[in-house]
Amino acid sequence: MTAQAPAAAAEKALCARVEQVSKLFGAFAALRQISVDLEPGHCYVLLGENGAGKSTLLRILAGLLRPTHGSVKVFGGSEPQQVRERIAYMSHAPMLYDELTGSENLRYFASLYPDRKCLSPQEALRQVGLDPALSRPLGQYSQGMRQRASLARVLMPVPELLLLDEPFSNMDIESARQMVSMLAGFRRADRTIVLTTHQRELAAPIADWILTLHAGRVASFEPGSPTQ
Amino acid sequence: MITSALWIHLVKDLRIEWRSKEAINSMLFFALLVVVLFSLAFDPRGSFAREIAGGVLSVATMFASVSALNQAWAREIRHQVLDAQRMAPAPGSELYLAKVLANFLFVTIVQVLLAPVFLVMYNLNILGNAWLLAVVLPLGTWALVANGTFFAALSIRSRNRELLLPLILFPIFVPALLAMVQATTAILTGESDPSLWIKLLLGYDIIFTTVSLLLFEVVLHAE
Repeated sequence: MTAQAPAAAAEKALCARVEQVSKLFGAFAALRQISVDLEPGHCYVLLGENGAGKSTLLRILAGLLRPTHGSVKVFGGSEPQQVRERIAYMSHAPMLYDELTGSENLRYFASLYPDRKCLSPQEALRQVGLDPALSRPLGQYSQGMRQRASLARVLMPVPELLLLDEPFSNMDIESARQMVSMLAGFRRADRTIVLTTHQRELAAPIADWILTLHAGRVASFEPGSPTQ
Repeated sequence: MITSALWIHLVKDLRIEWRSKEAINSMLFFALLVVVLFSLAFDPRGSFAREIAGGVLSVATMFASVSALNQAWAREIRHQVLDAQRMAPAPGSELYLAKVLANFLFVTIVQVLLAPVFLVMYNLNILGNAWLLAVVLPLGTWALVANGTFFAALSIRSRNRELLLPLILFPIFVPALLAMVQATTAILTGESDPSLWIKLLLGYDIIFTTVSLLLFEVVLHAE
Protein backbone atom coordinates (compact mmCIF):
# COMPACT_ATOMS: atom_id res chain seq x y z
CA MET A 1 0.00 0.00 0.00
CA THR A 2 1.30 3.46 -0.83
CA ALA A 3 0.37 6.93 0.19
CA GLN A 4 1.31 8.75 -2.94
CA ALA A 5 -0.58 11.25 -5.06
CA PRO A 6 -1.34 9.84 -8.51
CA ALA A 7 -0.14 12.86 -10.49
CA ALA A 8 3.66 12.84 -10.74
CA ALA A 9 3.57 16.29 -12.35
CA ALA A 10 2.84 17.74 -8.93
CA GLU A 11 6.35 16.76 -7.71
CA LYS A 12 7.66 20.32 -7.93
CA ALA A 13 4.93 21.58 -5.64
CA LEU A 14 5.65 18.86 -3.08
CA CYS A 15 7.68 19.31 0.04
CA ALA A 16 8.96 15.74 -0.21
CA ARG A 17 8.41 12.64 -2.30
CA VAL A 18 9.33 9.26 -0.88
CA GLU A 19 9.31 6.66 -3.62
CA GLN A 20 9.49 2.91 -3.07
CA VAL A 21 11.93 3.38 -0.18
CA SER A 22 13.31 0.35 1.60
CA LYS A 23 15.97 0.40 4.28
CA LEU A 24 17.90 -2.68 5.29
CA PHE A 25 20.13 -2.98 8.34
CA GLY A 26 21.95 -6.19 7.53
CA ALA A 27 19.21 -8.73 6.97
CA PHE A 28 16.61 -6.70 8.86
CA ALA A 29 14.24 -4.61 6.75
CA ALA A 30 13.31 -1.49 8.75
CA LEU A 31 11.31 -0.05 5.83
CA ARG A 32 9.74 -1.93 2.94
CA GLN A 33 8.79 -0.08 -0.24
CA ILE A 34 7.35 2.99 1.39
CA SER A 35 5.88 5.63 -0.92
CA VAL A 36 4.44 8.86 0.36
CA ASP A 37 4.09 12.46 -0.80
CA LEU A 38 4.34 15.33 1.67
CA GLU A 39 2.65 18.60 0.76
CA PRO A 40 3.75 21.99 2.08
CA GLY A 41 1.85 23.41 5.02
CA HIS A 42 0.60 20.06 6.25
CA CYS A 43 1.28 18.09 9.39
CA TYR A 44 1.81 14.34 9.03
CA VAL A 45 1.60 12.19 12.12
CA LEU A 46 3.41 8.86 11.98
CA LEU A 47 1.99 6.15 14.17
CA GLY A 48 3.08 2.59 14.73
CA GLU A 49 4.41 0.23 17.34
CA ASN A 50 8.08 0.23 18.39
CA GLY A 51 10.25 -0.97 15.52
CA ALA A 52 7.64 -0.13 12.88
CA GLY A 53 10.14 2.10 11.05
CA LYS A 54 8.95 5.58 12.07
CA SER A 55 12.34 6.87 13.23
CA THR A 56 14.10 5.32 10.25
CA LEU A 57 11.73 7.10 7.88
CA LEU A 58 12.38 10.41 9.66
CA ARG A 59 16.15 9.90 9.50
CA ILE A 60 15.93 9.15 5.79
CA LEU A 61 13.88 12.32 5.22
CA ALA A 62 16.50 14.23 7.23
CA GLY A 63 19.27 12.87 5.03
CA LEU A 64 20.98 11.18 7.96
CA LEU A 65 20.37 7.75 6.42
CA ARG A 66 20.34 6.78 2.76
CA PRO A 67 17.66 4.41 1.55
CA THR A 68 18.86 0.98 0.46
CA HIS A 69 16.33 1.04 -2.39
CA GLY A 70 14.09 3.76 -3.74
CA SER A 71 14.53 7.52 -3.61
CA VAL A 72 13.69 10.56 -1.50
CA LYS A 73 13.37 13.96 -3.16
CA VAL A 74 12.64 17.14 -1.26
CA PHE A 75 11.65 20.65 -2.36
CA GLY A 76 11.08 19.74 -6.00
CA GLY A 77 13.79 17.21 -6.70
CA SER A 78 16.77 17.73 -4.40
CA GLU A 79 18.41 15.07 -2.26
CA PRO A 80 17.90 15.85 1.46
CA GLN A 81 21.69 16.09 1.89
CA GLN A 82 21.85 18.92 -0.66
CA VAL A 83 19.37 21.14 1.18
CA ARG A 84 20.03 20.17 4.77
CA GLU A 85 19.80 23.79 5.98
CA ARG A 86 16.09 23.77 5.00
CA ILE A 87 15.33 20.64 7.05
CA ALA A 88 15.43 20.31 10.84
CA TYR A 89 15.35 17.08 12.79
CA MET A 90 14.67 16.54 16.47
CA SER A 91 15.38 13.07 17.80
CA HIS A 92 14.65 11.28 21.10
CA ALA A 93 17.95 12.66 22.40
CA PRO A 94 18.28 16.43 22.91
CA MET A 95 21.15 16.77 20.37
CA LEU A 96 22.69 19.49 22.55
CA TYR A 97 25.78 19.71 24.76
CA ASP A 98 25.30 18.99 28.46
CA GLU A 99 28.13 21.33 29.49
CA LEU A 100 26.67 24.44 27.81
CA THR A 101 23.64 26.46 28.83
CA GLY A 102 20.54 26.56 26.62
CA SER A 103 21.53 29.97 25.22
CA GLU A 104 25.12 28.90 24.58
CA ASN A 105 23.97 25.76 22.79
CA LEU A 106 21.59 27.72 20.58
CA ARG A 107 24.12 30.48 19.85
CA TYR A 108 26.57 27.80 18.76
CA PHE A 109 24.11 26.08 16.43
CA ALA A 110 22.80 29.39 15.04
CA SER A 111 26.32 30.31 14.00
CA LEU A 112 26.55 27.12 11.94
CA TYR A 113 23.81 28.53 9.66
CA PRO A 114 25.57 31.71 8.45
CA ASP A 115 23.50 32.08 5.25
CA ARG A 116 20.14 31.50 6.86
CA LYS A 117 17.99 34.04 8.63
CA CYS A 118 17.61 32.31 12.00
CA LEU A 119 15.53 33.29 15.00
CA SER A 120 17.72 34.68 17.76
CA PRO A 121 18.53 32.11 20.47
CA GLN A 122 16.56 34.22 22.98
CA GLU A 123 13.52 34.31 20.70
CA ALA A 124 13.66 30.55 20.06
CA LEU A 125 13.97 29.79 23.78
CA ARG A 126 11.10 32.11 24.66
CA GLN A 127 8.93 30.43 22.00
CA VAL A 128 9.31 27.09 23.76
CA GLY A 129 8.75 28.62 27.19
CA LEU A 130 12.33 28.59 28.46
CA ASP A 131 14.05 31.52 30.13
CA PRO A 132 17.03 32.60 27.95
CA ALA A 133 18.77 33.96 31.04
CA LEU A 134 18.93 30.52 32.65
CA SER A 135 22.60 30.06 33.55
CA ARG A 136 22.48 26.35 34.41
CA PRO A 137 24.20 23.96 32.00
CA LEU A 138 21.84 21.76 30.01
CA GLY A 139 22.99 18.69 31.95
CA GLN A 140 21.13 20.11 34.96
CA TYR A 141 17.84 20.65 33.10
CA SER A 142 14.87 18.37 33.68
CA GLN A 143 13.91 15.98 30.84
CA GLY A 144 11.02 18.23 29.83
CA MET A 145 13.24 21.32 29.73
CA ARG A 146 15.79 19.49 27.60
CA GLN A 147 13.01 18.54 25.22
CA ARG A 148 11.98 22.20 24.96
CA ALA A 149 15.57 23.32 24.39
CA SER A 150 15.86 20.69 21.70
CA LEU A 151 12.70 22.01 20.05
CA ALA A 152 14.12 25.53 20.22
CA ARG A 153 17.20 24.28 18.37
CA VAL A 154 15.17 22.91 15.48
CA LEU A 155 12.85 25.93 15.28
CA MET A 156 15.75 28.40 15.26
CA PRO A 157 16.81 28.04 11.59
CA VAL A 158 13.10 28.35 10.59
CA PRO A 159 13.11 25.13 8.55
CA GLU A 160 10.67 24.39 5.75
CA LEU A 161 10.48 20.72 6.73
CA LEU A 162 10.38 19.96 10.44
CA LEU A 163 10.94 16.34 11.50
CA LEU A 164 10.09 15.52 15.12
CA ASP A 165 10.71 12.12 16.66
CA GLU A 166 8.53 11.65 19.76
CA PRO A 167 8.38 15.37 20.63
CA PHE A 168 5.86 14.85 23.46
CA SER A 169 7.82 12.21 25.36
CA ASN A 170 8.93 13.36 28.85
CA MET A 171 6.48 16.26 28.71
CA ASP A 172 3.52 16.91 30.95
CA ILE A 173 0.14 17.27 29.24
CA GLU A 174 0.00 21.06 29.55
CA SER A 175 3.48 21.52 28.05
CA ALA A 176 2.63 19.09 25.25
CA ARG A 177 -0.52 21.10 24.44
CA GLN A 178 1.51 24.31 24.34
CA MET A 179 3.92 22.63 21.96
CA VAL A 180 1.03 21.55 19.72
CA SER A 181 -0.27 25.16 19.59
CA MET A 182 3.18 26.36 18.62
CA LEU A 183 3.47 23.72 15.91
CA ALA A 184 0.04 24.75 14.61
CA GLY A 185 1.40 28.28 14.10
CA PHE A 186 4.43 26.84 12.36
CA ARG A 187 2.19 24.83 10.01
CA ARG A 188 0.05 27.87 9.20
CA ALA A 189 3.20 29.56 7.89
CA ASP A 190 3.12 26.96 5.05
CA ARG A 191 5.80 24.79 6.61
CA THR A 192 5.60 21.01 6.74
CA ILE A 193 5.77 18.94 9.90
CA VAL A 194 6.30 15.20 10.17
CA LEU A 195 6.13 13.86 13.70
CA THR A 196 6.10 10.46 15.28
CA THR A 197 4.23 9.78 18.47
CA HIS A 198 2.58 7.11 20.55
CA GLN A 199 0.17 9.75 21.93
CA ARG A 200 -2.18 10.10 18.97
CA GLU A 201 -4.69 12.25 20.86
CA LEU A 202 -2.06 14.91 21.60
CA ALA A 203 -1.15 15.37 17.94
CA ALA A 204 -4.74 15.09 16.67
CA PRO A 205 -5.46 18.89 16.72
CA ILE A 206 -2.79 19.53 14.06
CA ALA A 207 -2.80 16.20 12.18
CA ASP A 208 -3.74 16.76 8.52
CA TRP A 209 -2.77 13.20 7.69
CA ILE A 210 -2.17 10.14 9.83
CA LEU A 211 0.23 7.57 8.47
CA THR A 212 0.40 4.28 10.30
CA LEU A 213 3.39 2.01 9.79
CA HIS A 214 3.45 -1.67 10.60
CA ALA A 215 6.60 -3.78 10.27
CA GLY A 216 8.17 -1.25 7.90
CA ARG A 217 5.14 -0.97 5.58
CA VAL A 218 2.38 1.64 5.26
CA ALA A 219 -0.59 0.07 7.04
CA SER A 220 -2.92 3.03 6.55
CA PHE A 221 -2.84 6.62 5.33
CA GLU A 222 -5.92 8.55 6.30
CA PRO A 223 -6.91 12.21 6.67
CA GLY A 224 -6.97 13.66 10.15
CA SER A 225 -9.40 16.20 11.49
CA PRO A 226 -7.27 19.14 12.57
CA THR A 227 -8.84 21.76 14.80
CA GLN A 228 -5.95 24.23 15.09
CA MET B 1 43.53 31.53 8.24
CA ILE B 2 40.97 30.84 10.96
CA THR B 3 37.49 30.97 9.47
CA SER B 4 34.40 31.91 11.39
CA ALA B 5 33.02 28.35 11.63
CA LEU B 6 36.42 26.99 12.69
CA TRP B 7 36.63 29.59 15.44
CA ILE B 8 33.07 28.82 16.61
CA HIS B 9 33.80 25.09 16.86
CA LEU B 10 37.10 25.75 18.63
CA VAL B 11 35.59 28.11 21.21
CA LYS B 12 32.84 25.56 21.89
CA ASP B 13 35.38 22.73 22.44
CA LEU B 14 37.54 24.90 24.70
CA ARG B 15 34.53 26.05 26.72
CA ILE B 16 33.31 22.48 27.22
CA GLU B 17 36.79 21.32 28.28
CA TRP B 18 37.17 24.31 30.61
CA ARG B 19 33.95 23.26 32.37
CA SER B 20 34.46 19.50 32.41
CA LYS B 21 38.29 19.23 32.43
CA GLU B 22 37.81 15.60 31.41
CA ALA B 23 40.46 15.41 28.71
CA ILE B 24 43.26 17.33 30.43
CA ASN B 25 42.83 15.64 33.81
CA SER B 26 42.82 12.12 32.42
CA MET B 27 45.78 12.84 30.14
CA LEU B 28 47.84 14.56 32.81
CA PHE B 29 47.52 11.82 35.41
CA PHE B 30 48.15 9.05 32.90
CA ALA B 31 51.23 10.75 31.43
CA LEU B 32 52.55 11.54 34.90
CA LEU B 33 52.14 7.91 35.90
CA VAL B 34 54.04 6.66 32.84
CA VAL B 35 56.91 9.10 33.39
CA VAL B 36 57.22 8.24 37.10
CA LEU B 37 56.97 4.49 36.54
CA PHE B 38 59.65 4.55 33.83
CA SER B 39 61.96 6.60 36.05
CA LEU B 40 61.49 4.09 38.89
CA ALA B 41 62.00 1.11 36.59
CA PHE B 42 65.18 2.37 34.86
CA ASP B 43 66.71 4.72 37.46
CA PRO B 44 67.83 7.06 34.65
CA ARG B 45 70.93 9.19 35.15
CA GLY B 46 73.47 11.01 32.94
CA SER B 47 73.82 9.91 29.33
CA PHE B 48 71.44 6.97 29.75
CA ALA B 49 68.67 9.38 30.84
CA ARG B 50 69.29 11.52 27.76
CA GLU B 51 69.10 8.46 25.49
CA ILE B 52 65.77 7.20 26.76
CA ALA B 53 64.06 10.51 27.64
CA GLY B 54 62.81 11.22 24.10
CA GLY B 55 61.22 7.79 23.84
CA VAL B 56 59.62 7.96 27.28
CA LEU B 57 58.17 11.41 26.64
CA SER B 58 56.80 10.44 23.22
CA VAL B 59 55.26 7.18 24.43
CA ALA B 60 53.75 8.87 27.52
CA THR B 61 52.19 11.56 25.31
CA MET B 62 50.96 8.98 22.82
CA PHE B 63 49.22 6.75 25.36
CA ALA B 64 47.83 9.65 27.36
CA SER B 65 46.37 11.41 24.32
CA VAL B 66 44.26 8.41 23.31
CA SER B 67 41.78 9.13 26.09
CA ALA B 68 41.48 12.79 25.02
CA LEU B 69 41.04 11.83 21.38
CA ASN B 70 38.24 9.42 22.20
CA GLN B 71 36.68 11.97 24.55
CA ALA B 72 36.62 14.64 21.83
CA TRP B 73 34.18 12.64 19.70
CA ALA B 74 32.37 10.92 22.56
CA ARG B 75 30.96 14.38 23.42
CA GLU B 76 29.54 14.64 19.93
CA ILE B 77 28.01 11.17 20.02
CA ARG B 78 26.43 11.70 23.46
CA HIS B 79 22.81 12.86 22.97
CA GLN B 80 23.30 12.51 19.17
CA VAL B 81 24.84 15.98 18.84
CA LEU B 82 26.82 14.71 15.87
CA ASP B 83 23.55 14.31 13.93
CA ALA B 84 22.82 18.00 14.51
CA GLN B 85 26.33 18.77 13.23
CA ARG B 86 25.72 16.60 10.17
CA MET B 87 22.53 18.49 9.38
CA ALA B 88 24.11 21.93 9.70
CA PRO B 89 25.38 23.51 6.47
CA ALA B 90 28.83 24.36 7.93
CA PRO B 91 31.64 22.31 6.31
CA GLY B 92 32.73 19.23 8.25
CA SER B 93 36.42 19.91 7.59
CA GLU B 94 36.23 22.92 9.91
CA LEU B 95 34.75 20.80 12.67
CA TYR B 96 37.68 18.40 12.22
CA LEU B 97 40.30 21.14 12.18
CA ALA B 98 38.82 22.76 15.29
CA LYS B 99 39.01 19.43 17.11
CA VAL B 100 42.64 18.99 16.02
CA LEU B 101 43.51 22.47 17.29
CA ALA B 102 41.70 21.87 20.59
CA ASN B 103 43.38 18.49 21.09
CA PHE B 104 46.74 19.99 20.15
CA LEU B 105 46.26 22.64 22.79
CA PHE B 106 45.23 20.09 25.46
CA VAL B 107 48.22 17.81 24.75
CA THR B 108 50.58 20.80 24.71
CA ILE B 109 49.27 21.97 28.09
CA VAL B 110 49.92 18.49 29.48
CA GLN B 111 53.45 18.49 28.03
CA VAL B 112 54.18 21.89 29.54
CA LEU B 113 52.93 20.75 32.96
CA LEU B 114 54.88 17.52 32.63
CA ALA B 115 58.17 19.13 31.57
CA PRO B 116 59.48 20.20 35.03
CA VAL B 117 58.61 16.81 36.54
CA PHE B 118 60.31 15.13 33.62
CA LEU B 119 63.49 17.20 33.95
CA VAL B 120 63.72 16.45 37.68
CA MET B 121 62.86 12.73 37.55
CA TYR B 122 65.31 12.08 34.68
CA ASN B 123 68.07 14.46 35.88
CA LEU B 124 68.24 15.92 32.38
CA ASN B 125 71.05 18.14 31.23
CA ILE B 126 70.39 19.11 27.61
CA LEU B 127 73.61 19.07 25.54
CA GLY B 128 72.22 20.09 22.10
CA ASN B 129 70.16 23.09 20.98
CA ALA B 130 67.38 23.06 23.58
CA TRP B 131 65.24 25.53 21.58
CA LEU B 132 64.82 22.86 18.88
CA LEU B 133 62.59 20.98 21.31
CA ALA B 134 60.10 23.81 20.80
CA VAL B 135 59.98 22.74 17.14
CA VAL B 136 60.11 18.96 17.52
CA LEU B 137 57.51 18.54 20.26
CA PRO B 138 54.75 20.61 18.55
CA LEU B 139 55.42 18.88 15.21
CA GLY B 140 55.22 15.44 16.83
CA THR B 141 52.15 16.40 18.83
CA TRP B 142 50.43 17.72 15.69
CA ALA B 143 51.18 14.40 13.90
CA LEU B 144 49.58 12.54 16.78
CA VAL B 145 46.45 14.67 17.14
CA ALA B 146 45.82 15.20 13.41
CA ASN B 147 45.83 11.45 12.82
CA GLY B 148 44.25 10.63 16.16
CA THR B 149 41.32 13.02 15.71
CA PHE B 150 40.63 11.60 12.26
CA PHE B 151 40.80 7.96 13.33
CA ALA B 152 38.84 8.64 16.51
CA ALA B 153 36.04 10.01 14.31
CA LEU B 154 36.32 6.93 12.13
CA SER B 155 36.04 4.54 15.07
CA ILE B 156 33.54 6.49 17.19
CA ARG B 157 30.48 4.52 16.09
CA SER B 158 32.18 1.24 16.92
CA ARG B 159 31.32 -0.53 20.16
CA ASN B 160 35.05 -1.21 20.82
CA ARG B 161 36.21 2.30 20.00
CA GLU B 162 38.60 2.54 22.98
CA LEU B 163 40.46 -0.49 21.69
CA LEU B 164 40.04 0.28 18.00
CA LEU B 165 41.61 3.75 18.07
CA PRO B 166 45.08 2.69 19.30
CA LEU B 167 44.97 -0.34 17.01
CA ILE B 168 44.52 1.91 13.96
CA LEU B 169 46.43 4.96 15.15
CA PHE B 170 49.66 3.57 16.59
CA PRO B 171 50.89 1.67 13.49
CA ILE B 172 50.22 4.72 11.29
CA PHE B 173 51.90 7.01 13.80
CA VAL B 174 55.11 4.88 13.90
CA PRO B 175 57.09 6.98 11.33
CA ALA B 176 56.25 10.19 13.22
CA LEU B 177 57.03 8.54 16.56
CA LEU B 178 60.40 7.37 15.26
CA ALA B 179 61.21 10.85 13.94
CA MET B 180 60.09 12.48 17.19
CA VAL B 181 62.16 10.12 19.36
CA GLN B 182 65.28 10.37 17.18
CA ALA B 183 65.06 14.17 16.96
CA THR B 184 64.53 14.54 20.72
CA THR B 185 67.41 12.16 21.51
CA ALA B 186 69.68 14.04 19.07
CA ILE B 187 68.84 17.33 20.80
CA LEU B 188 69.27 15.96 24.33
CA THR B 189 72.58 14.18 23.64
CA GLY B 190 73.93 16.77 21.17
CA GLU B 191 75.61 13.90 19.29
CA SER B 192 73.87 14.23 15.93
CA ASP B 193 71.95 16.68 13.75
CA PRO B 194 68.15 16.42 14.22
CA SER B 195 67.26 18.42 11.07
CA LEU B 196 66.53 15.36 8.90
CA TRP B 197 64.07 14.03 11.50
CA ILE B 198 62.44 17.45 11.84
CA LYS B 199 61.92 17.61 8.05
CA LEU B 200 60.42 14.13 8.13
CA LEU B 201 58.01 15.20 10.88
CA LEU B 202 57.03 18.31 8.92
CA GLY B 203 56.38 16.28 5.75
CA TYR B 204 54.38 13.73 7.71
CA ASP B 205 52.24 16.49 9.26
CA ILE B 206 51.51 18.14 5.92
CA ILE B 207 50.60 14.89 4.17
CA PHE B 208 48.40 13.42 6.90
CA THR B 209 46.63 16.68 7.76
CA THR B 210 45.80 17.26 4.08
CA VAL B 211 44.54 13.71 3.54
CA SER B 212 42.46 13.82 6.74
CA LEU B 213 40.92 17.15 5.76
CA LEU B 214 40.00 15.82 2.32
CA LEU B 215 38.47 12.61 3.67
CA PHE B 216 36.75 13.95 6.77
CA GLU B 217 33.47 14.87 5.09
CA VAL B 218 33.07 11.20 4.05
CA VAL B 219 33.78 10.02 7.59
CA LEU B 220 31.37 12.55 9.11
CA HIS B 221 28.47 11.56 6.90
CA ALA B 222 29.08 7.80 7.02
CA GLU B 223 26.07 5.90 8.42
